[in-house]
Amino acid sequence: MTTAPSVADRTPVPQLNHTLTAARLPRWAPAGVAALSIVLGCAIGAGAGLASHLQWGLLAALLFVAISFGLAARVEGVRQAKDRIATSLIWVAFILAVIPLVSLMVYTIQQGAGVVNGDFLTHSMRGVVASSGPGGGIYHALLGTLQQIGLATAIAAPIGLLTAVYLVEYGRGPLAKIVTFFVDVMTGIPSIVAGLFILSVWNIGLGFQYSGFSGSLALAILMMPVVVRSTEEMLKLVPNELREASYALGVPKWKTILRIVLPTAIGGITTGVMLAIARIAGETAPVMMLVGVWDSINSNPFVGPQESLPVFIWQQYSQVNNQYGYARAWGAALVLIALVMGLNLIARGIASWRSPKAGR
Amino acid sequence: MAKRIDVSGLSAYYGGTKAIEDISMTVEPRSVTAFIGPSGCGKSTFLRTLNRMHEVIPGARVEGKVLLDDENLYGAGVDPVAVRRTVGMVFQRPNPFPTMSIYENVVAGLKLAGVKKKAVLDGVVESSLKGANLWNEVKDRLNKPGAGLSGGQQQRLCIARAIAVEPQVLLMDEPCSALDPISTLAIEDLIGELKERFTIVIVTHNMQQAARVSDRTAFFNLAGVGQPGKLIELDDTQRIFSNPSVQATEDYISGRFG
Repeated sequence: MTTAPSVADRTPVPQLNHTLTAARLPRWAPAGVAALSIVLGCAIGAGAGLASHLQWGLLAALLFVAISFGLAARVEGVRQAKDRIATSLIWVAFILAVIPLVSLMVYTIQQGAGVVNGDFLTHSMRGVVASSGPGGGIYHALLGTLQQIGLATAIAAPIGLLTAVYLVEYGRGPLAKIVTFFVDVMTGIPSIVAGLFILSVWNIGLGFQYSGFSGSLALAILMMPVVVRSTEEMLKLVPNELREASYALGVPKWKTILRIVLPTAIGGITTGVMLAIARIAGETAPVMMLVGVWDSINSNPFVGPQESLPVFIWQQYSQVNNQYGYARAWGAALVLIALVMGLNLIARGIASWRSPKAGR
Repeated sequence: MAKRIDVSGLSAYYGGTKAIEDISMTVEPRSVTAFIGPSGCGKSTFLRTLNRMHEVIPGARVEGKVLLDDENLYGAGVDPVAVRRTVGMVFQRPNPFPTMSIYENVVAGLKLAGVKKKAVLDGVVESSLKGANLWNEVKDRLNKPGAGLSGGQQQRLCIARAIAVEPQVLLMDEPCSALDPISTLAIEDLIGELKERFTIVIVTHNMQQAARVSDRTAFFNLAGVGQPGKLIELDDTQRIFSNPSVQATEDYISGRFG
């Protein structure tokens, strides 16, 4: 029988270095390496005659990761080098993710800022000779988008909220599993399919005409699963202790949900609803199919075709297809982005205003 | 006000697992009864059966009888919500409602039961906070969030919230286990005052605490892992800590096991 040697008898392992200090790269090293790899990337790119600046950038990113690893391995040791390589990969991924977002914003503002003015926001396209002339505006499209989003939210938010409450607070057994499954499936429905569904049931089956409302039905279908999902997650975050505290005071379950659970989660729920709104604000396909295309103001979402911002953009870009059309499309795109961003800011505001506060 | 509790033949289950088996005991009104015993022996489970909080957990159920002044809590037609209004509870970790101010926390139970008159609520806030020895510390900031108080203050806020609905019995599930000795002392003093008005049942892991605050002490134990917990003995606190009639109790109290 062999016994394990005791700790005292063990021969020391040479790799285990017990000093507490080690050589470190200076704090400016990552920035220096970044600058160096950008210069090298550009130099190699120019030297090799690569036409695309994207390739220069990718070269620089690769060089950055490689040089930081090599340098750190040489000076600081392998463990630190692994740490550096993970950090540099995260930075590279972050920059790759941010570049398209920022350039999209910058380009849209560049193209659209000159177009958006008081006239543009308060006039429709009625009477504008579309194929040649300048002028006109997006008032009719803005109105249509706001009404359609509003109606879709009024349908989808309560249904989604109640579904989530059912799933978290009441749902047990097979029914809850089925509901969860269908919500997951609905999340993946392509918007055109939602549009086709409403078209065949509402417009063809029941005989309703083009209207903003039938568009908002399709948008509500797209919005609902997002609301359910985000609300569900938020409700799950509410500690069970709060529910028990409320029950122990003799508060019935429905009142506990209404007055304790929902207020505690309201910040997250609002954010979720706003994200769902942001998702549907840019939908083009179902709106085009169900609401139609219209160049005048129609302030009644229940009767007749309406314009909306995404459809307006498509129309100006591909149907008008000249410099004035492009300009109007960019202007509308800028307004759409600003609208979504504004909604998000409002949601943030509500979330921080309503959510639980600590502090004395 | 305070009511007497008579438990007979009570067993509680989590799904198929029996957590406590065949417990019978009597809790006298206007007294403090302490439950002691090793972890997992079912003290908290038993406590939660006394105001029907046990069944809040999915799959949990109870067999047996709990009589509150001759009325069976598990009888047909008994509304658990009404039971919990009569038998209040304070939890191990302080859990004030994070969306509410100190004031709103205290009156939460009344407000949610439909009491709206401001004069009534103001009176309840003052008397409950005074009852929980918290009034002097918070009277100038009643509209600040309850979650901003210290742990000990939060726990006293939870006690104020529980006594604001005027229960007949107050159950406390290790109310001091998350608190420092000074806050613990404050709550122990409070328990001494509250027993004038309520029947109090307290679960504690701290045997000195049981000896300090309680009139009677119940010792729970389990035969082994996976076995249901049982009541070993219930007697005057003084007897339990000086001359218990069961060997296991003596072993536990003197630190020979557990």
